[in-house]
Amino acid sequence: MNWSGWLLWGFVATVVESTISAGTQGLGLTRMNLPYILGTLFTPNRERAKLYGLAVHLFFGWVFSLVYILIFQSLGVAGWWRGALIGLVHAMFVLVAVMAVLPGTHPRMASEQHGPAAHRLLEPPGFMGLHYGVRTPIAVLASHAIFGVILGVFYRLK
Amino acid sequence: MEPNRVQLPLLIGWPGTSNRHPASNRWVSTLNAQASKIQDYGIIGDCRSAALISARGSLDWLCWPRFDSPSIFAALLDNEKGGFWRIAPTGHFEVKRSYVENTNVLETRFSCPQGDATLTDLIPVASEEHKRNLLWPTHELLRQVRCTRGEIEIEVVFHPRAKYGSSCVRLKKLQGIGLRMDVGRGAYWLRSSAPLTIRDDHARLTIALKQDEMLQFSLSYAEESPAVLPLLGEDVEHRIERSVSWWREWAARCTYRGPYQRALVRSALTLKLLAYAPSGAIVAAATTSLPEVLGGDLNWDYRYCWLRDASFTVRALLGLGYREEAGSFIDWLLLATHITQPELRVLYDLYGGLAPREHSLQHLSGYLGSRPVRIGNGAREQLQLDIYGEVINAAYFYARHGGKLEGAMQKALIGFGREVAAKWDHPDEGIWEPRSGRRNNTNSRLMCWVALDRLLELAKSGNFGAAPVELFQRERENIRHQLQSRAWNQQLQSYVSVLDGDEVDATLLLIPWYGFENAGSERMRSTSQRVRRRLGAGDGLLYRYPRTPPEGAFGICSFWLAEYLALGGGSLEQASAQFDNALKHQNDLGLFSEEIIPGTGDAVGNFPQAFTHVGVISAALTLQEQADKIRATQGRE
Repeated sequence: MNWSGWLLWGFVATVVESTISAGTQGLGLTRMNLPYILGTLFTPNRERAKLYGLAVHLFFGWVFSLVYILIFQSLGVAGWWRGALIGLVHAMFVLVAVMAVLPGTHPRMASEQHGPAAHRLLEPPGFMGLHYGVRTPIAVLASHAIFGVILGVFYRLK
Repeated sequence: MEPNRVQLPLLIGWPGTSNRHPASNRWVSTLNAQASKIQDYGIIGDCRSAALISARGSLDWLCWPRFDSPSIFAALLDNEKGGFWRIAPTGHFEVKRSYVENTNVLETRFSCPQGDATLTDLIPVASEEHKRNLLWPTHELLRQVRCTRGEIEIEVVFHPRAKYGSSCVRLKKLQGIGLRMDVGRGAYWLRSSAPLTIRDDHARLTIALKQDEMLQFSLSYAEESPAVLPLLGEDVEHRIERSVSWWREWAARCTYRGPYQRALVRSALTLKLLAYAPSGAIVAAATTSLPEVLGGDLNWDYRYCWLRDASFTVRALLGLGYREEAGSFIDWLLLATHITQPELRVLYDLYGGLAPREHSLQHLSGYLGSRPVRIGNGAREQLQLDIYGEVINAAYFYARHGGKLEGAMQKALIGFGREVAAKWDHPDEGIWEPRSGRRNNTNSRLMCWVALDRLLELAKSGNFGAAPVELFQRERENIRHQLQSRAWNQQLQSYVSVLDGDEVDATLLLIPWYGFENAGSERMRSTSQRVRRRLGAGDGLLYRYPRTPPEGAFGICSFWLAEYLALGGGSLEQASAQFDNALKHQNDLGLFSEEIIPGTGDAVGNFPQAFTHVGVISAALTLQEQADKIRATQGRE
């Protein structure tokens, strides 16, 4: 296991993925602001939530890159398309599974069935995050695929 | 506060002006907004955007997320295509309306034979600290209608149209949450306390309310997800109470205590609405293309920051004790003009960028057929030298009221002064922004004189060490000489609006206000007589300049006349009478448009207009100052 390679490229891939996510929002591809979703787990303060959320996103992106690395290690081979493939599977998991349980687990998110309630006012994401814009799945798939490509190309197996 | 009754004439010739079905004699609604007179609108806002609501309960103008964004409701400019949101009784009704005292929370009271209802409209506001501690929607508009007597049938028609009415909006119902509308990069959410029925591109509801029953609606907008979905029920009442408190606390900071307090507080609240809080910019009005001449083409977009209007506004707010708002504008000014310094543009967008180029929206029919509807503003290309004087005068006022002009601001102001010293003799478009070319405008020269004079005053105070005092003194005297020789028409015995010209305009009344000449001088007395003779429109109104065919009387000019009289051009009684006459032309809510049609008193031009409200405040302050001076003199005697 190439620990220094994981630390370096895991971090780089996470930074690039975060940048692409912010870019897709800025370009109007999606309204979803992932750092804001994560940050509101801790605080209702919009600006502070984005800051906390970005830190959490960077940290967990780094941690998740370890899963990619472990898959490369177990396959005994990396490469861009394998990275992209893992990224797409990762994105599908986020879109289908994580988004579905988010309203039930996020302390400030409204339920789709019952609507907003006191302290639970955030719009739920809907299936595959479609409430946040019809092109949200494309944005998530693209950013995660690039995340995987960076790891697949630059991580050197040991 | 005793609400004011509104006459609701139907404007003939418009579809949808009657809602009685001729065949069945049943009340049916149409999908057209009902055209209202301009003065029949009220404004609500949150210092970021504003909405106009007619006395018929129809929200006919809303641009989100900011004043100059494309509209989601624009029936004001086309009652078929613009989009609107009406909440009103189904039958015949009478209307009284008012703002909740000292707030921008609008209450419209409908009276029908069977019952009464009160519609409350607001864009909620709260302190930044409060917003930080709660999940708070970035943009929200609340509407609540409550039956206050008997039983009343209320109809709600929600018909949004995106991008100035050019696009239909698809309403998607999400059970438990509300209606979502995806428009461009943002999403609107409509939450209601009773279910609405979606029909194509609109939603509606007809419901009978008994005493104390109510309907609540929250429309919100977000460009970032997850959006905050506001609660209804008791929480709406809390948001209303919080907004009322916020506005009242702001209004309580007004330092004016005099006979016109009510009018001044309303004017200050209106100006506050037009200040864009995130940047400190102040827009000239919340609307575009409300016509200066009904059916005509003098239709302009005023949703930008004119340096002149904003500087006037700062001066007015400072006079009422609102230093914080003045400071925000001074900061914005430095930021906005940073790229163009030492040149100043006529107008800027809300963040100090160049205002967009002007173009017409051909698909809109315009207010009462007044086409074209324009967005952007062509005045951005103009040269208006008077703005240097206005900006420097605003900074001078700010400093005189204890504000600190930092080094960067001093440097910028000196740069503006050098620009004036170099360019004051150039022809320009001037304050009235004609599209007919440049002239040697007297008012522009006067304001260049003001610019240099105020800079020299500031230099005297010990600051502005880098100011080229000799240059400013020399050019100030050159301007004075030119004004006294070429702006004075010996034959007419009057100052004139253009050097060597023979016509007058209302800005000549301002000459004493800026300290160029005494109001009681022979020259000013004969000039004011000529201005009143040539520009008087009756009932205390003045046109801004002679024009054939005439446009409406220009609101602020009537208040300039009151100030001129108060400053020594007449007696204080004459000034008060003129002020009272001018004040009569406000609408039932205390709002002024840009112009008033003499005779009918109907409002024309963009609405409500900061410039006119500035005139109200400035004139009332001058009246008060002069009255205080007289009292002090009498006391000494």
